Amino acid sequence: MPAPIRLRELIRTIRTARTQAEEREMIQKECAAIRSSFREEDNTYRCRNVAKLLYMHMLGYPAHFGQLECLKLIASQKFTDKRIGYLGAMLLLDERQDVHLLMTNCIKNDLNHSTQYVQGLALCTLGCMGSSEMCRDLAGEVEKLLKTSNSYLRKKAALCAVHVIRKVPELMEMFLPATKNLLSEKNHGVLHTSVVLLTEMCERSPDMLAHFRKLVPQLVRILKNLIMSGYSPEHDVSGISDPFLQVRILRLLRILGKGDDDSSEAMNDILAQVATNTETSKNVGNAILYETVLTIMDIKSESGLRVLAINILGRFLLNNDKNIRYVALTSLLKTVQTDHNAVQRHRSTIVDCLKDLDVSIKRRAMELSFALVNGNNIRGMMKELLYFLDSCDPEFKADCASGVFLAAEKYAPSKRWHIDTIMRVLTTAGSYVRDDSVPNLIQLITNSVEMHAYTVQRLYKALLDDISQQPLVQVASWCIGEYGDLLISGQCEEEEPIQVTEDEVLDVLEGLLVSNLSSPVTRGYSLTAIMKLSTRFSSVNRIKKVVSIYGSSIDVELQQRAVEYNALFKKYDHMRPALLERMPIMEKTASNGPTEIVQTNGEAEPSVVEPKHPPPVGQPASQGNDLLDLLGGNDVPVIPTTMPTKPASAGGELLDLLGDLSLGLSLMAFYLFDLSKTVNFLSIGIPPMTAYNKNGLKIDFTFERANPNPNVAVITIHASNSTEADMTDFVFQAAVPKTFQLQLLSPSSNVVPALNQGTVTQVIRVLNQQKQQLRMRIKLTYIHKGSAVQDLAEVNNFPPQSWQ
Amino acid sequence: MDGWMDGWMDGWMDGWMGGWVDGLLLTIGITSSFQMQFMLLFSRQGKLRLQKWYVPLSDKEKKKITRELVQTVLARKPKMCSFLEWRDLKIVYKRYASLYFCCAIEDQDNELITLEIIHRYVELLDKYFGSVCELDIIFNFEKAYFILDEFLLGGEAQETSKKNVLKAIEQADLLQEDTKVSFSPSFLMVWSRNAAEVRDSCRGSEQADWV
Repeated sequence: MPAPIRLRELIRTIRTARTQAEEREMIQKECAAIRSSFREEDNTYRCRNVAKLLYMHMLGYPAHFGQLECLKLIASQKFTDKRIGYLGAMLLLDERQDVHLLMTNCIKNDLNHSTQYVQGLALCTLGCMGSSEMCRDLAGEVEKLLKTSNSYLRKKAALCAVHVIRKVPELMEMFLPATKNLLSEKNHGVLHTSVVLLTEMCERSPDMLAHFRKLVPQLVRILKNLIMSGYSPEHDVSGISDPFLQVRILRLLRILGKGDDDSSEAMNDILAQVATNTETSKNVGNAILYETVLTIMDIKSESGLRVLAINILGRFLLNNDKNIRYVALTSLLKTVQTDHNAVQRHRSTIVDCLKDLDVSIKRRAMELSFALVNGNNIRGMMKELLYFLDSCDPEFKADCASGVFLAAEKYAPSKRWHIDTIMRVLTTAGSYVRDDSVPNLIQLITNSVEMHAYTVQRLYKALLDDISQQPLVQVASWCIGEYGDLLISGQCEEEEPIQVTEDEVLDVLEGLLVSNLSSPVTRGYSLTAIMKLSTRFSSVNRIKKVVSIYGSSIDVELQQRAVEYNALFKKYDHMRPALLERMPIMEKTASNGPTEIVQTNGEAEPSVVEPKHPPPVGQPASQGNDLLDLLGGNDVPVIPTTMPTKPASAGGELLDLLGDLSLGLSLMAFYLFDLSKTVNFLSIGIPPMTAYNKNGLKIDFTFERANPNPNVAVITIHASNSTEADMTDFVFQAAVPKTFQLQLLSPSSNVVPALNQGTVTQVIRVLNQQKQQLRMRIKLTYIHKGSAVQDLAEVNNFPPQSWQ
Repeated sequence: MDGWMDGWMDGWMDGWMGGWVDGLLLTIGITSSFQMQFMLLFSRQGKLRLQKWYVPLSDKEKKKITRELVQTVLARKPKMCSFLEWRDLKIVYKRYASLYFCCAIEDQDNELITLEIIHRYVELLDKYFGSVCELDIIFNFEKAYFILDEFLLGGEAQETSKKNVLKAIEQADLLQEDTKVSFSPSFLMVWSRNAAEVRDSCRGSEQADWV
């Protein structure tokens, strides 16, 4: 049998292949040859064959049949064999294979080999892919080598120990004695790896952290020597002595100094020294400065040092190197909450970064800019951010628009400014605005009572220009439907009122209905708007005609609305004015986002909520409540009870009628609110269930769906106790199958009072992305009448609506 | 408890509050907060030239990650910075001639020093091969690995002196000349052959090739 071809020869041959198929053929041929060679237990060429296999593996071909051969190579006496064998083990084997026992023995032998390069191979392999079992078995050997005087081995043993600790944290203790003199080493390799080992131990164990705090002075000294010492050719990088070691020491100092006054003080001077003396012309110096800044910000440094750190970041922002700018923005984002004023000083530089070419830099600059917006700079910042919104890539527009809305809500100096800002966003980035912005904006507009005329006028004018941006069109339709009377009466105070007739307005709305650009949702909005105008305009006949046409629309939504509006004209015309009258002010009860509505500050505005126009016939308050009852959900805004009540003339009949009405009419009322986006219809009506009822402890589950993620079920548990004694130290625990994710918020208390006098509630959120049937195991522990009670139960009776 | 999450969720445990716990086994994820998870070298055509993984993953997962990441990095424009976020990792990459060097580091890690690590590795390759080019890495991939394994261990730098790394490689290369390995380090000093000679004779030629 001829000798198998050499590795380089094979590589050369494979590279001549012109197609994928040709390559595959060559590989298959060679694999077959290698396989038979393995079968013959050929010792001479095993190494060559495995090396070739590794090459083919890198090209993406399967190489598992070589796994055992790697072990044979490792066990060989030839160094070449071992080198390739260990490489093969690292590439082809991982924790999952059942080769631990075989490998462990080989590695153990090699760790005790007489040649340090063999020991090195073993340490490297163990430190790269050793499983927990292997680490457990070999930790003792590693620990021995950690104490050797051979620095070549000692440094490798230190990093191997890091891996062992990561795999089997309980073994950390056994390495403690060996760490005693690690920092007294002169060898930089050992120093570096020792610092890494110490860092790992301190991160994993608060006890170790406390124990190693005493090393702070020594670390400071080592760092000082690195900075002060002259040129050392062996470790020099662009004039800086061993930057890798400097960075690692700074990192360890960070961990040791965090939360500890004494340690932080002890490192104060050296940090200042590094911060001021490090050469910044090259990346390497900036890498050290960056680590220094991170350390300063994390420990208990004095304010002068913190300002120094932020200023370094500020200088980074002006650096030509985009990597440096990126890193600066990331760090500033982390510190903007705690050192807000210091970061504010660099605001203009940050805003300039919005114009950067790099996407990641732009994104960070945008996030940081929003974080820096406050009551004082809102006007200036918004100008920049709106300019950014105009010109930025589509991927930013949604986030930027949301950010603008949030900032405007919080800090708007006046209602007019607020409306103008919203208009600007809708007209420039209208199609990127998030769906939930539409109801939020509508609510905002309703609340700005004195701006209604101005708002509807501006929105109308925007519609004349462009009807392609759906959120804009939807908000505009809604406003025109609501405030159309203001539009045609030309009542605008803020700007020159426009002259527009009823027919022109209806033309625009009808145009939306027929336009290809309008989405089905938009069409719904415009039809409803047209309907509402029937009580505000006099051209009722035109409106009746439009509505009846859509009674036969193929769009089911539109058809249903039209049919019901028709019914309103025909059978319930006396109710029409009441149903279609002006919306009352809405208060947000459930906020959909992280921020709450805050009173706009700045210019004074009337706080009374009474509409300026003659009060409509009917009972807005009670009628509203009845409609709300029908809808049932608690996400629908609640009408404040300060609303003036009206005589009950139409109200009584209304109530009776509403009792008789089919679901259709109540749905129509639902459309009129047009806030369907904020209410998830599906969340209404998931029945509650009893999950557990034993020994007097009853646990009920009630359900909601979280907005905006429909895959998240929000379950509230209610624990009640019907026995005569309290249940104290009550702890509720839950577990779910692996395809779910679970989050438990904190409970209302840990005492379930006796005799059903109160309940303990706790919220569970379950993410069910695969829409699987929800199951849960619960564990209850409590103390009752002096004895500890523990129970486990499985909950399988979840209603289908909670997980479908 | 087949298919169930390990461990109980308890609203009182500080570490868990407010965070999602994944029922699925975590693969890439929580190791420590400073660790290089892997390093990939690939050409401008997306061909893999070296892959070093410091976290345990199945072959399938490695292939998937490699494919996605190579695509992402190759799509970057020259003016963009060397860092990008990918999944929950930070990717640091730099192009040297026709090869991309790509490292995945964790959230708390220092991107700028990772650039220096990459640069140091390139310098080592350059010193060893003498003006290294992609072909050197292709034809001598096992040596590229040996050099990497002398520089990094478990994703961390084990030696910060360029000279020491190269010396160790040289000595190890000399050992390959022998049929048996029972020499103590001191014996190697007596070895007469010049390591550089050995190396030069290996490049491209078959004779002193060990594989």
